[in-house]
Formats: sequence, structure tokens, C-alpha cells
Amino acid sequence: MDVADIHKNVKILEDGIPYTVDDLEFTKPGKGRAIYRVKLRNLIDGSITDKTYHSGEKVDEARTTYQQEQYLYKDGDHYIFMNTENYEQIFVTEAQIGDKKNFLKEGTLVDMLMFGERPIDITLPNFIEFKVLESEVAIKAQTISPQLKAATIETGAVIGVPTFINIGDIIKVDTRTGTYVERINKK
Amino acid sequence: MMDDERRHLLQLESNLKKRVLIYKLIRRFFEDRGFLEVETPVRVPVIAPEPYIVPFESDGWFLSTSPELHMKRMLAAGYKKLFQFSRCFRKGEQGRLHNPEFTMLEWYYANAGYLVIIQQIEDLVAYLAGAMEFRRIKHGKLDFDISTPWSRMTVRDAYIKFAGWDPTTKPDPLRFDIDMAGKVIPGLSKDHPTVLLDYPSYAAALARIKPDNPAVAERAEIFFGELELANVYSELVDADVQKKRFVEAIGQIEKEQGKKMQMPDKFIEALPFIPECGGVALGIDRLVMLLCNAASIDEVITFTADNA
Repeated sequence: MDVADIHKNVKILEDGIPYTVDDLEFTKPGKGRAIYRVKLRNLIDGSITDKTYHSGEKVDEARTTYQQEQYLYKDGDHYIFMNTENYEQIFVTEAQIGDKKNFLKEGTLVDMLMFGERPIDITLPNFIEFKVLESEVAIKAQTISPQLKAATIETGAVIGVPTFINIGDIIKVDTRTGTYVERINKK
Repeated sequence: MMDDERRHLLQLESNLKKRVLIYKLIRRFFEDRGFLEVETPVRVPVIAPEPYIVPFESDGWFLSTSPELHMKRMLAAGYKKLFQFSRCFRKGEQGRLHNPEFTMLEWYYANAGYLVIIQQIEDLVAYLAGAMEFRRIKHGKLDFDISTPWSRMTVRDAYIKFAGWDPTTKPDPLRFDIDMAGKVIPGLSKDHPTVLLDYPSYAAALARIKPDNPAVAERAEIFFGELELANVYSELVDADVQKKRFVEAIGQIEKEQGKKMQMPDKFIEALPFIPECGGVALGIDRLVMLLCNAASIDEVITFTADNA
């Protein structure tokens, strides 16, 4: 791939290691070559590296694939998933899951990004429904503006919900922003 | 989505109004000095071959990367003072200071050299700032004293100071470009505009070689910190030398990009009739950014390539 085709979120290979381009700064002084200063995130260990390319250079695209996996359960530091086609199990470390663990509930289907045989990242469905396990009783609001209160959902994560939500309610959450969307029904 | 677009467009309003005022003031500045405003084509059959300026193709022709060749053909016909606001298109140039479609203010002045043009840029910026009632130009965290003359530094001195080598005695075009972006530009003054003068002859582009020093060309660039505002030449009017440079550029483009560029023959034929002159290409979007204290080019353009 020509360096001019690099953009944010593209995955490239440097010394056999896959990186994702987190940030890209384009400079092109005068009539000279374009200079691309990129921030690369190592997809294996999450570390950040800065690198400079100039026009005319070639970079290798990291060949990654997606496969559908179902989250089964957590065992120690590992999250165990099952491939929905061949039922093979795959282990993903807690570090690789990162903040997504807040919305990862057993049985959820995810798109898993693979580099060869190696899991790199997961993409959650945009919306997932969760049961509210704990929530404070709302104190009568003193203003008419919408008020939020804290609620603990079944993954253990705490999010802001409207005051009318009760323990046992099922709510829909936007996993990209971590915000409450709507109440599904009462159980 | 529509809400985001509406909010974004309405946020631009005060900058768009300033942009119109800046255009009006620039027209007045040049009319007062006897310059004629011209419009040359935006879709053209041939462009100046330059290795690191990539054109968009348009049905066998090109979208103009610069109005330079046509304006010079007008000079060859006898016009002496010309200016133009011109849409230019350069593929792949996108970032905080770049959009692939942008506006250039370009002017040419017969019988003047690059030093006279540099003074005109200083005068123009002082005129705009005066009319808009600023004494200094604040841009982000930087605050520029724009009283003239601006500080001048040769490219040679700048490289010795910031990069530790002399590009005029050691020709190294690749290292020259990398150090320009990585060392020289970041080192430039943060409180005065800088005029970088006398580029090495291998980075002359369409500028003439300095008569008393063949290692450098009469080319200058104006910087406000890391923002490059304008590129100034004493124009090369020697058709043989120009043709030779174009042949080299065409060869380099073919070798590096596999594309066959054409020689701009009509321009080469006109060159013997062009008087000694100076000229400049000044990025209007960047000038508006400076005068609006806008951090990014998308704050002064209605629709950029990202949201068009």
C-alpha cells in the first residue's frame, strides 16, 4: 500500500507486528515530499509508537479478518469465546478486551478481529439489553430537567439511567457510548 | 446527522463573513496598486510537472494544481501586474492545513524580483490586519508581532541552526524534505513571521538561480510558526533551463509514479516573451485561518473533502 493511502484506523504491518493507525498528521512543506507522522497502536500489546513516513514509501497492510464468536464465560484472566461456525473455543486476555468487558454478557455474539490465528479485538453489537441489578431509590427531583441516577447492570458495570428505572428492569444500552437508550419492559 | 451539519455550518458564519471581508480588502489592495484581477481555467489540458504535486484527472485533462502557467502566458502577452483567486486541486493533500481543493491567491509583478514580492506580502498582511483592527496576529497559543520588516533567514542558516547541516553545499533532496518538516519548520519563530530565503538550486521549482550564487535559487517561503503561508519566486524566464527542469521532473514522475506527464509546450513557447518578474502563490484558506484564529482549515471552508 502506498503511504499516501494510509488513514486513521488502517491496519499496517511493521516488522511482522500489526498496528492500527490511531492518528495521522499530514505535513507537506513547500514543493517537497509529503511527510506523514503517524501514531501506531500495537495490536498485540496495546503500546503506542510514533513513526514518520514520506511520500513514495510503501507500507504493508496487516491482513486481518473478522469472525463471529459467542462469549461463553470468564475463567481467571481469560474470556472464553466459541466460534459460531466450528464451535472451537478461543481465549482472549482481559487486557485485549479492555473497557468492553463492561458490556460483555454471557451469550453475546461479537465480531472478533483476527490477525492470523490470533484474536486482536472484539466489536460488540451497538445495542445490548441488560437487566438492572441494583439502583438507588430516586430522591424526588427538584427540577423538571431529566435526572440520571446510577444503576448496576448484570455485567457489574455502573451506568446512568433515568430515575424511573427500577431493579429488575431490562434496559437497552448503546455500547459505543455506554449510555442508556430505553427501557424494554418490566419483568 | 442533519443536526450536526446545521450546527457545524452555523458555527462557521463569523469566519465566513470575515473571509468575504478579506477577499474584498485584497481586491482593494491590488486595485489600488494597478493590478488586474484575472480568471484562468480550472480544468486544463496540461500542468507543470512537479514530482510531489499530484493532480486529479478530469476526462483526459486535469483539474488545475496552480494557475501559474496561464498567468505567465498572460505576462508573455504584455500584462505587467496580475492577480487571481484560483481554486486549485492537489490529490492526497488533506490535514489540519490542507484540503485537496483549496484557494490560492496568486500574483505576478513584471520587472520585480522576489524581494519586492516579499515586501508586498508584508504590506498586504499589514493592510488586512489594520483594516480588521489587529496589531498582532493571535493564532492558537501563538501571538505574532507582524510589524515589518519580518525576520529573514536564509535556508542555509536555518538548516545549520536547526538541523546541523548545510543543504546548499551537500545536495540531498530527501534529507532536505524530511528535515524541513521534522526540524527546520518546528524550530521557526513562534512570535514573528519568518521569511525563509534562497532555497537550494535542486529545490528551485520554477524560480531562477541567484545570479551571484548558483547553489541557491531566488525562492522564499513565508511562515507563521509552522503554518506555511506563501511561496515566492523571482520567476525563471529562461526557456531552455525551464524545459530542462521539466524534462527531469517528467522523468522522475515516470520513474516514481509510473505516470507519463506532458511537456507544457504552449508555456515553454511563451517563456521567451515573459519579462523578468516576481510572483507568489499564497494560500488564502491559511491566511483566513490566521486572521480568524482558526486552528484547522475546516473552520474556514464550508464543505471540505471530509464532509462534502
